[in-house]
Amino acid sequence: MIFSQKYKDRWMKYFFLTVATASVSILVMITLFLFMEGIPIFQKLSVMDFLFGEYWYPTAEPPDFGIFPLIAGSLAVTFLSAMISIPLGVLTAIYLAEIASYQFREIVKPVVELLASLPSVVIGFFGMVIVAPFLQEVFDVATGLNLFNAALMLAFMSVPTICSISEDAIYSVPVSLKEASLALGATSLDTIVRVTIPASISGISTAVILGMSRAIGETMVVLMVAGGAAMMPGSIFDPVRPLPASIAAEMAEAPYRGDHYYALFAIGIVLFAFTFMFNIVADYVSNRYRQVGEATL
Amino acid sequence: MKKMSKPLILAAVLIFCAGFGTAWAGNIVIKGSTTVLPIAQKTAEAYMKENPDISISISGGGSGNGIKAIIDGTTDIADSSRFIKDKEVQLATTKGQYPVPFAVAYDCIVPVVHPSNTITDLTMDQLKAIYKGEIKNWNQVGGPDRPIVVISRDTSSGTYEVWEEKVMKNERVYPGALLQASNGAVAQAVAKNKNAVGYIGIGYMNDDVKPVSVGGVVGSSETTLNGTFPISRPLFMFTNNWPTGDIAKFINYVMHPEKGQKLVKDAGFVPLY
Repeated sequence: MIFSQKYKDRWMKYFFLTVATASVSILVMITLFLFMEGIPIFQKLSVMDFLFGEYWYPTAEPPDFGIFPLIAGSLAVTFLSAMISIPLGVLTAIYLAEIASYQFREIVKPVVELLASLPSVVIGFFGMVIVAPFLQEVFDVATGLNLFNAALMLAFMSVPTICSISEDAIYSVPVSLKEASLALGATSLDTIVRVTIPASISGISTAVILGMSRAIGETMVVLMVAGGAAMMPGSIFDPVRPLPASIAAEMAEAPYRGDHYYALFAIGIVLFAFTFMFNIVADYVSNRYRQVGEATL
Repeated sequence: MKKMSKPLILAAVLIFCAGFGTAWAGNIVIKGSTTVLPIAQKTAEAYMKENPDISISISGGGSGNGIKAIIDGTTDIADSSRFIKDKEVQLATTKGQYPVPFAVAYDCIVPVVHPSNTITDLTMDQLKAIYKGEIKNWNQVGGPDRPIVVISRDTSSGTYEVWEEKVMKNERVYPGALLQASNGAVAQAVAKNKNAVGYIGIGYMNDDVKPVSVGGVVGSSETTLNGTFPISRPLFMFTNNWPTGDIAKFINYVMHPEKGQKLVKDAGFVPLY
């Protein structure tokens, strides 16, 4: 019996070890594959020419594999969507955690989170069919499929992430901190701005970065509403082509293991580097500015 | 690990044998152009349904690769969206091969605008200038004073290939052109934007967009077949020597007005008859 108990323990340990390492090993394998399929393009052109080349004509003779307009498109869309989603998400979170009544919070929070469960193709279709003609009419621009439309749609998608995580962070600020502030005669607004937000800033920053990392990797929405012009955006109503849109539009028909195919995987590497960076920063921020105990503020 | 390898090898051998097994029982290999791919797929599916003992395997890879495969003898049928080049014919004859072309369908690409646009006709030069970004307003081609929004396809699509070859004469579409990933998406985008111009395969034409004639010629099955519509091209299947047996039967099926050619039309192309 002692043996069987011992073995049972050991087997359980191995079983859980396998399960825990499965996702890690899958990630490692996908990354490996990504690099194996992407690196060969750099035999044809230098990394600098790839990253900072101005023209993306992968099927022309001779082809141009410059992804700078694509990177610019991705960054512009992500930045603009963050400008919309950060105030929306964080202010909603503050309201829900600090001001709203318990009942209201219990209704609104799940609804906001439900927004995250909308399939991206639905949001993309909404942007294409409803928002694009609207923008075109109201702002009198040439096309409604542009940077602003894409940023707006991506903001819809990252608001739930930002709101939900920041709300948790704000809500978990110890009550004694707030009580101390109020007892000193500070108003509610002062307490929120000077005490609650600084105390939960690490959680809020993590939320913002995760929301942005979702926006930069999102494919379907930008493919449908960003317009897809591979040029440097001059205004927020210019069409752009973010990195994922290029991969999604062209991968299906790129000749297997041709230069175009390798170049698309190399774009994947760049995209991976971006999201990886975002996650590292999120991790760092959440550890660096973590509120430990109640006395450190 | 060592114990595992034996069954693995056995399995691999079995799969290999199975692969050759089907090769004996009437197997046709088709390779080549991604433009012709939907035609090959639809006809092959229907053909295999009628003849369960034949198995047809299809892969893309582009016209060049398909013709290369027929010269190397690694495929039975090569799909191609262009005619064979002189160089390729020479290479084939030195290898003792004799590629035979069969035109199986025509590709016809029609420029489209928003129904509210007063433009009804554009010349090839005007289309080229629009897609090069030189003409930026509809009033430069006799239309209303509105900016032109140029909608193009992803560069790896067969539709883009025709456009690049026939309209752009292999010059580049300017980077400001919007990109859509399918014929349907182009039609949708043009239907939603009164400034837009796009191009779609004739099979995707609908009432929400307005076709524009090119140099006075309206794009249709008739003008494509009599060669007057400029943005069109024949699509080929090449066989090695005159086909016999299963391959001949399949080619006949594709050319059949009631069978293969109906599927050609379903796939959005212009049938031969």
